[in-house]
Amino acid sequence: MTAGRDAPAALRAEEVSVVVGKRALVHRVSLDVRPGEVVGLAGPNGAGKSTLLRTFYRALRPTSGRVLLDGEDVWRMPGKRLARRLAAVLQETGGDFELTVHEVVAMGRTPHKRAFAGDDADDRAVIHAALTSLDVADLAHAPFDRLSGGEKQRVLIARALAQRTGTMVLDEPTNHLDLRHQFDALRLVRELGVTAVVALHDLNLAAAFCDRICVLSAGRLVAAGPPGEVLTPGLLADVYRVTAEVTEHPRTGRPQVVLLPPPGFLRKEG
Amino acid sequence: MTVPVQAEDARAAPVRHRRTSYALVLVALAALLLVAVTAAVAAGSVRVPAGEVWGILAYRLHPALADPTWSPVRETIVWDVRLPRVLLAAVVGAGLSVCGMALQALVRNPLADPMLLGVSSGATVGAVLVLVLGVSVFGAFTLPGAAFLGALAALVAVYLLARSGGRMTTVRLVLAGVAMAEVLSALASFLVVTSGDPHKTQSALRWMLGGLAGTSWTTLWIPATAVLLGLAVLLGLTRPLNLLLAGEEAAAALGLDVHRFRAGMFALVAMMVGTMVAVSGSIGFVGLIMPHVVRLLVGADHRRALPAAALLGASFLIAADLAARTLIAPEEIPVGILTALVGGPFFLWLMRRRAAR
Repeated sequence: MTAGRDAPAALRAEEVSVVVGKRALVHRVSLDVRPGEVVGLAGPNGAGKSTLLRTFYRALRPTSGRVLLDGEDVWRMPGKRLARRLAAVLQETGGDFELTVHEVVAMGRTPHKRAFAGDDADDRAVIHAALTSLDVADLAHAPFDRLSGGEKQRVLIARALAQRTGTMVLDEPTNHLDLRHQFDALRLVRELGVTAVVALHDLNLAAAFCDRICVLSAGRLVAAGPPGEVLTPGLLADVYRVTAEVTEHPRTGRPQVVLLPPPGFLRKEG
Repeated sequence: MTVPVQAEDARAAPVRHRRTSYALVLVALAALLLVAVTAAVAAGSVRVPAGEVWGILAYRLHPALADPTWSPVRETIVWDVRLPRVLLAAVVGAGLSVCGMALQALVRNPLADPMLLGVSSGATVGAVLVLVLGVSVFGAFTLPGAAFLGALAALVAVYLLARSGGRMTTVRLVLAGVAMAEVLSALASFLVVTSGDPHKTQSALRWMLGGLAGTSWTTLWIPATAVLLGLAVLLGLTRPLNLLLAGEEAAAALGLDVHRFRAGMFALVAMMVGTMVAVSGSIGFVGLIMPHVVRLLVGADHRRALPAAALLGASFLIAADLAARTLIAPEEIPVGILTALVGGPFFLWLMRRRAAR
């Protein structure tokens, strides 16, 4: 059988700050994610969501503060070891090289391989399972660069799955995805039972799938807690500058956010 | 219920097909290399039949392997004159194409090439400096050593110039590379012209144009060792090279220490290019064309593409060098001129095709 998935880890950010020039993109943010917990990261554009996540997967070293995976500083362990425990789904960046979908997903096996080692049966099984669960197995031999945005996004999630980590960081994984695949992707993350931090723009998706939601605004953590406690009209007005109504959905019991148009906007029709 | 089964069949078949065809491609490329070596050793002012070529080679490897039915002059021509040159062409061709492929992954741009990025010109300046100043502190290693330092300096300079704010555009990379190559070539020419020694001018010209004339066994071993060593290292690093194609962030997330890896690769490529330029001068476009042809044949995955690039590059430069010394015999065309004649239009075509996408 295939190699097992790494156990979900506790992910902790301790007073993480990222300063570029004189501007603090992230200012003393602390997060504590329990093993197996799915935490949504919300906030307007430029709030520092992606920047914070980049300090988790070793793309950007925090100016101060620490990121701990099961108590171990991720910036003090070899990158390869971290990549066996924590996978990242990033925003898609195009390339000029025609890698196939299969080759892109196969990259997820890299942290598990030594130099000169080929892909063995286990690797192929893991890659195939990842392709299948993201519904992209038919595209295995298509050039990655020619896919639609949503297909690319699913392939990148499949690559992270192929890493077989117990912890995942996802930066807007539902971007470009159609409604069904948005749901499928987040449900998949939930069903894997991994620890996950997910940056999401869609607050209703966040409310439906996350155990807790953390809200960033201008680089600071302004709210954190269960969706029902965090998503309030007051907070939405403060952080997003929108008027919204939050109701409990009768079927799911989860909070549901409905944006209200500015006063006077609706009357025009009637 | 049948859907997953069908999906599996659809996937499994092409994989198997691709694997056998990759093995076939490798065998075909290896056969092509043998043919190229044989043809190149056989051809010239004195034609030697292919059978006799292999007889002489076998005999020199071990006298029991063949009966010497040929004249000693022919043996000298094959073994001491032509073979080292053909082998050097193979080594330099293989080296340039794998260096081109590695550079393309490192800067994540398919228009990279040792000559286009100014690396070869940097090596030339290093070599010319040694020649003009008459330094020879490290014996046989002085020239390749200086070429290596020149190549490394040029590569780092182009990289830093092309990159600003963490981004590197194709336009900036190509402009920085071309400008660097021009400045360094001019510098090399200046050094040669002001040295006032016609003999030095002659050997310096060889580097500028790129050529393999006058190769002997003693010129072969340093570049051959460097290229084979570099190739072995690169073959062990094909997975990290693949990660770079996914972008720096993704490579970091997949466990690669991007900065350290890139620094090491720059040194490795400079070492290979430096030792090659020290003996053959700057031969352009091999490192650009070969990787592209190989990617069309076997795909961009370096685990498949790198060995194929080495084989194809070797055959290509052997053929180019054969043309260089036979087309207008007894005169010789510097092989760098031929590769540029083929490579320039290819580069333009590639640029247009990319612009169209």
